[in-house]
Amino acid sequence: MTDIDTPVNNGVNTEALLGAREALSGAPEAAEFTWTANCSWVDGTFSQTTVDGFSGLGQEHHHKTSYSFGADHPECFASEDRGATPPEILLAALASCLTAGVASVAQHRQIQLRSVTATVEGKMNVLGILGADPDIRNGFNDVTVHFDIDADASSEDIQALVAQSQKRSAVYDMVTNPTRVAVEVG
Amino acid sequence: MAAPATYIPVVIIGAGHAGLAMSFRLTERSFDHVVLERGEVANSWRTERWDSLRLLTPNWQNQLPGIGCPGEDPDGYMTMTEVAEFITEYASAIAAPVRVRTTVTRVGVHARGYIVETDRGNWTCDALVIASGGSNIANVPAASAEVPDSITQLDAMTYRSPNDLDDRPVLVVGASATGVQLTDEINRSGRSVTISVGEHVRMPRSYRGRDVFWWMEQAGVLDEGLDQLDDLVRARRVPSPQLIGTPEHRSIDLNALADQGVEIVGRLGRITDGVAQFSGSLPNVCTMADLKMNRLLQRFDDWAESTGASEVGPPERFDPTKVPSPARLELDLAEDGIGTIVWATGYRPDYSWLDIPVLDRKGRIRHDGGVTDAPGMYVTGLNVLRRRRSSFIGGAVRDSEEVSVHLGRHLEEAGVHA
Repeated sequence: MTDIDTPVNNGVNTEALLGAREALSGAPEAAEFTWTANCSWVDGTFSQTTVDGFSGLGQEHHHKTSYSFGADHPECFASEDRGATPPEILLAALASCLTAGVASVAQHRQIQLRSVTATVEGKMNVLGILGADPDIRNGFNDVTVHFDIDADASSEDIQALVAQSQKRSAVYDMVTNPTRVAVEVG
Repeated sequence: MAAPATYIPVVIIGAGHAGLAMSFRLTERSFDHVVLERGEVANSWRTERWDSLRLLTPNWQNQLPGIGCPGEDPDGYMTMTEVAEFITEYASAIAAPVRVRTTVTRVGVHARGYIVETDRGNWTCDALVIASGGSNIANVPAASAEVPDSITQLDAMTYRSPNDLDDRPVLVVGASATGVQLTDEINRSGRSVTISVGEHVRMPRSYRGRDVFWWMEQAGVLDEGLDQLDDLVRARRVPSPQLIGTPEHRSIDLNALADQGVEIVGRLGRITDGVAQFSGSLPNVCTMADLKMNRLLQRFDDWAESTGASEVGPPERFDPTKVPSPARLELDLAEDGIGTIVWATGYRPDYSWLDIPVLDRKGRIRHDGGVTDAPGMYVTGLNVLRRRRSSFIGGAVRDSEEVSVHLGRHLEEAGVHA
């Protein structure tokens, strides 16, 4: 058990999050956020995506700085491997979303974390994206996430932490559930 | 519009167990009132439930104020016919002033308090108790609009028995008590059934030789009040536990359904071109249900140990939910020959007649333990109204007592004396 003299600190301000939940429940329109990414083709299969602005709480916001992600395909696909593949970026998004959730839920439940690592694997048969077999899907058939967590908690409490982080994860929701995607040109 | 109206201090809307319990309390305090009922006493229990349904709570727990428990077997579970008889006998035992076949068409603010308009005359009153319940309309998801016409769609209020279905396979959406009970009986009737499972509450019927409600009673779970629940919004909307009331006291869970040949799939996402898509989150909702069940059982064990309870068997743990691997993500409704979809996706209240701004953005009455923002307006008979027990018939005993105290004070402040 955590000593009462050393407060649990995972670096997450759960009081602010709970305050936001309370405030936004009374002002649901402010809870509508739009996230934006801008992608430019560089050359070959290489592209550069930047995120900067987003909107929510009834106004426009900017990240403290722009963040950039280069994406490419590896050499075995006859590309130059100047960045991670887009599916790997999705795995990164899933792992980081669940990990942020583990830290937040742990803070809320007064569990001190010492280390959290996650290994995410996505299994894919590339005959789908190569168009070689119409019965094979393009995307992942199975995604597995393996967490190793060192914390002041029982294994059941840690299991519950990871379960709750899935329940509250945006990326987990988007990966496990259908999402409408509209693609326009011009 | 100045339709003639009769004044009475209190109007209660709904003659189910909650409205009648309030009527008993008001009679006890000598406050004149009327109970308006659109159908017969216990109307929803009579007309909006499937044939095989029995209460989830054992008879010993179904107390109402002023009378003893129903039924000859204290450990039995009443059928719907028995529930309707029980509540009807209660109405006559307490001589409740019920106006049956009187449908409320509008409730508005009035100089004296409120005006209640019905198809059989109007009342004005100082205080109003809404006891029409939380389950008036079946909550059917938008995806139902995409179901091909060749498929029959039923919900928990329109489904009656497997005999009404054709022989084709059935998709049951939802895994609360309703979803698992309907899946069980449709599958036992010889039909192939797939059940779509989102967040659910797993619970054994009996634990260490005692009914699970006995444990909840003893361990104090049912008496947890609003300030002891850390997420009241969630507590009020949590699905009913996977329980069934049968003479054999058997348990029902996803493992039992899978063993009898039911296919388990994830939460229904959407239906596109006749193909239903299910969530890949099935393992997590099952893990959460298992963890929560084990926490509840541990709480029972802790209570038993701390009190030295001797009349119970040894602690038990149940197998984790066996999640099919890989679970199906898509079902082509036509190709797989689905004949019926049963939406067991919950209910919501109908307040279309309520012309007073007391609803939240989800269309539910804002209230604090049954006391609304509108002076003299109360609501009873809702899930977790004042405590966990409020969700069950027996919850009306204390809820009605406490709400009637507040109501009595309001009447006295309004100059109405018993």
